[in-house]
Order: sequence, then structure tokens, then C-alpha cells
Amino acid sequence: MIHVRGLTRSFDSVEAVQGVDIDVSKGEIVGFVGPNGAGKTTTLRMLTTLLRPTSGTATVAGHDLFADPAGVRRRIGYVAQGGTVGPFSEVGEELVLQARLYGLSRADARDRVTRLLAELDLTGVDKRLAGSLSGGQKRRVDIAMGLLHRPELLFLDEPTTGLDPQSRTNLWGHVRRLREEAGMTVFLTTHYLEEADALCDRILIIDQGRIVASGTPAELKAAHDAGTLDEVFLSVTGHELREGAAA
Amino acid sequence: MTALAALTGYYLRASFKSKFAVVFGAVQPVFYLVIFGPLFSRSGVGSWDTLVPGLLIQLGLMSSGLVGFGIVFDQRFGVLERLRVTPARRSTLLFGRVLKDSLVLLIQAVVIIALGYALGLHARLTGVLLGLLLLTVLSVGMAALSYAAALTIRQELFAPVMSTLVIPLMLLSGALLPMSLAPAWLDVVSRFTPFRYAVEALRELFAGSYASPTVLWGVLVTLVFVGGGFTIGTKVFQRENT
Repeated sequence: MIHVRGLTRSFDSVEAVQGVDIDVSKGEIVGFVGPNGAGKTTTLRMLTTLLRPTSGTATVAGHDLFADPAGVRRRIGYVAQGGTVGPFSEVGEELVLQARLYGLSRADARDRVTRLLAELDLTGVDKRLAGSLSGGQKRRVDIAMGLLHRPELLFLDEPTTGLDPQSRTNLWGHVRRLREEAGMTVFLTTHYLEEADALCDRILIIDQGRIVASGTPAELKAAHDAGTLDEVFLSVTGHELREGAAA
Repeated sequence: MTALAALTGYYLRASFKSKFAVVFGAVQPVFYLVIFGPLFSRSGVGSWDTLVPGLLIQLGLMSSGLVGFGIVFDQRFGVLERLRVTPARRSTLLFGRVLKDSLVLLIQAVVIIALGYALGLHARLTGVLLGLLLLTVLSVGMAALSYAAALTIRQELFAPVMSTLVIPLMLLSGALLPMSLAPAWLDVVSRFTPFRYAVEALRELFAGSYASPTVLWGVLVTLVFVGGGFTIGTKVFQRENT
């Protein structure tokens, strides 16, 4: 579903992403883990056609990132870290607009929005302003934005940052269900190692622009003789996740 | 087409939710019309037929010049990024906004013209309709540039920079007082600004002359302006995409 070789991105003279290779198979939930400033969001924005890579090759959802960005856009969903809706916007209107940009007719868009809101336990929020929703509801609205066109591959950037533990567990359930019911492939970033452990089939650890370890949570723990992913992280990077380079 | 219709409809609905803002956009030229107009029409410089086209260009420059302010919030809340990840064309994402801005401007322009007729404007309807077309095209270019500027310069600088830029361009266009009154140097400077040609063409159209060199120049310069403005706007919307 994702095949990336030697992807780099420089900002001025700083190489934020220094040649990453990524392979993700259909139906996998893969966690991209690292401290703030490690290059997670930069990589994600490259894979979702929003940021031009400095070098490298990438095929995303069966389409070449450079030759056919529109083909990539049609098949992926992307939920950015900072949200998707202004506080004074009506949730339903925003979702219908988004669906229509993916080519749905007005009637199909309305229908799709109603069903999707129900699937995400958001029935009835369509008439509300985004600013009046709880953190967990707002995050699920953001995720709905990325699901309107039933993408094969969903990118989630820090989906649970800022959520309380209950909303976080609830969101994990929704992500798992996307894979189970729709066979969706999910690629998400997080800086919570316990989240990566609980939710992801496979983990890529990125630090200072390079992928420094990858594998299933069990493989990583076994390989580094560690009880938790925190210990794995410390072992491969030499520092704790929390005190990583600032963004 | 679905995408363009959806975007324009969405932005129009959002604009008309705040009818106050639509009305308020036309308030400034209405003041000029009601308070400055009677003085102007007795000054010997020109009649209502000179002033009203000028005020329309002023409205076009001022309101379209500042539309970019709205996109600053879309950028901040992630709305723009969300739209950019859809397969909709980048030019469509821009044109949907610009089309809405032009339609709102058209409504405001019609109000100004109606009021102008009540005060003493004598223009023929054909000329007015052709003039509105020219004004709409001009405003598309201006609005596209405004969005490009809003996405390029620092957020807090956008409003001061744009309003500082638009005022001299408006004065140099001869929108308020015709450039035929200008000293030679000012006349020369004004010829380097695109809006002078639009103002003069609009005045001729209102006067009932549709194929004069002045009108042709106005149309030509405006088309080049809108072509350039829209190209720059689309480039900025495309920036950093793969």
C-alpha cells in the first residue's frame, strides 16, 4: 500500500527527513513513532502530496507520488494534526462540502455524511458548530473528513494528542473497526508509545529524520530485551521519547 | 464542475449568513456617492457619469483587495490543508472563492449603480451591463492576488500591507478625480498602473461608447491583469504540492 525508498526533505539547509524507506501492506495498522521534530509530520505531508520531497521515490495506494498525485489523493484520506474545521463552522456543511470535493453528488454526500456520523457515534452533531464539540467529538469529526470517499489508506497525524484517556481508548476502537470492517490500511503518527503498543500491528521508530527501528511491538521488545516500548526507544535512540528534540 | 459548484455555493452561503458584512462592504462607496457626489457633480470636473464608474472601481479594488483575509483563518484551522488533500484541482479551490467574491461584488455594484441613477446618473443600460462585466473580470484578478498575498506574507502584515498598497493604486487610477486633471508626472506614473485603463474604459462604457480605443485598452489591460493574477494565485495554491 505504501512503498517508499530514500525519501528526504530539506528545509533551507536542514535535512528534516534523511532518507526513509517505508513499506506498508494492505490492512496493516502501522504506527510512526518519534519525538516532536523527528520528521513524522514532514514525512506524512510528503506521502499525502502536500509537501514536495527533496528526493526519493514513493508509491502510495498504487499510484506514483510524483507522476500521479491526483491518483494518490483520490485513494487516501489524511487527517492533519491541527484539525480540519474552524470553530464557527457547522459540522454537517463542512463534511458535505468535503464529500463533494471527492466527487459525490449533493444527495450522496448528505447520505454519506449521515451514515458516517452514525458510525463514529456522532449522530446529531451535524447542525452544531465545531467550536461547541468536545475534544473527542471534534477529533472524530476530523477523522470523518478523511473517510468520506472510503479511502483504501488513511493517514492520521497524532490522532489522540490532547484527548483524555477515555476518548483516546474510544478512538482506538474506531480505528480498529475501520480495518476490521472496511479492510482499511491505517498509517498513524503518535508520540505515545503505549498507544503504538496497544493499537499498531507494526511500529516504525523515527528519530532525527531517520528510521532507527521497525517491527511488531513484540519483535521490538524481544530484540532489545525490553519489557516496554519505552525501553526499546531508549535503547535504539539513546534518549527518552519525551526529551527528544523540540519541534 | 461538481467541485466548483460545491465550493462556490458553500462560500456564498457562508457570506450571506452574515448579510451585515455584504451590506457593510458597500457602505464606503455609498458615503462617497451621497456625501462626496453632490460636491463632485457641481465642481465642474465631471458629472455623476464620471464619478459612479470611479466609485465602482474603488469598490472593486478595496473589497477584492482584502478578501484574502478570510483565507488566513482557513489556513490556521487546517481547512485549507483539508481541501488541498482532495483531488479537486488547485485552480478550482481558488476559483470557488474568487467566484463568490465576484458575485458579492456584483450585488454591491448594482446597489451603487441604482443609487447613482437616483442621484443623477444618466448611463445607458447596455453600457452599465458591459461595465459590470469588466468590473467582475477585474475583481477576479484582484481577489486571486489578494489570496496569493494572504498565503505568502505574514498573517499580521496582510491587512496593513494590502490597504497601504490598494490606496495609492486606487488614487493613481483616477477613480476619484480623473487623471486628465493631473500634472504631467502624475499622469505618467498613473499610466503604469493597470486600474487607470479600467477606470477610463468604464467611464466610456457608461457614456455609451463601446468600441473606442480607450475601451479596448481597458479590456486588454484588464484581461492581462486577470490572467496574471489568476496564474499567480494558482501557483501559490499549488506551492509545495507534488
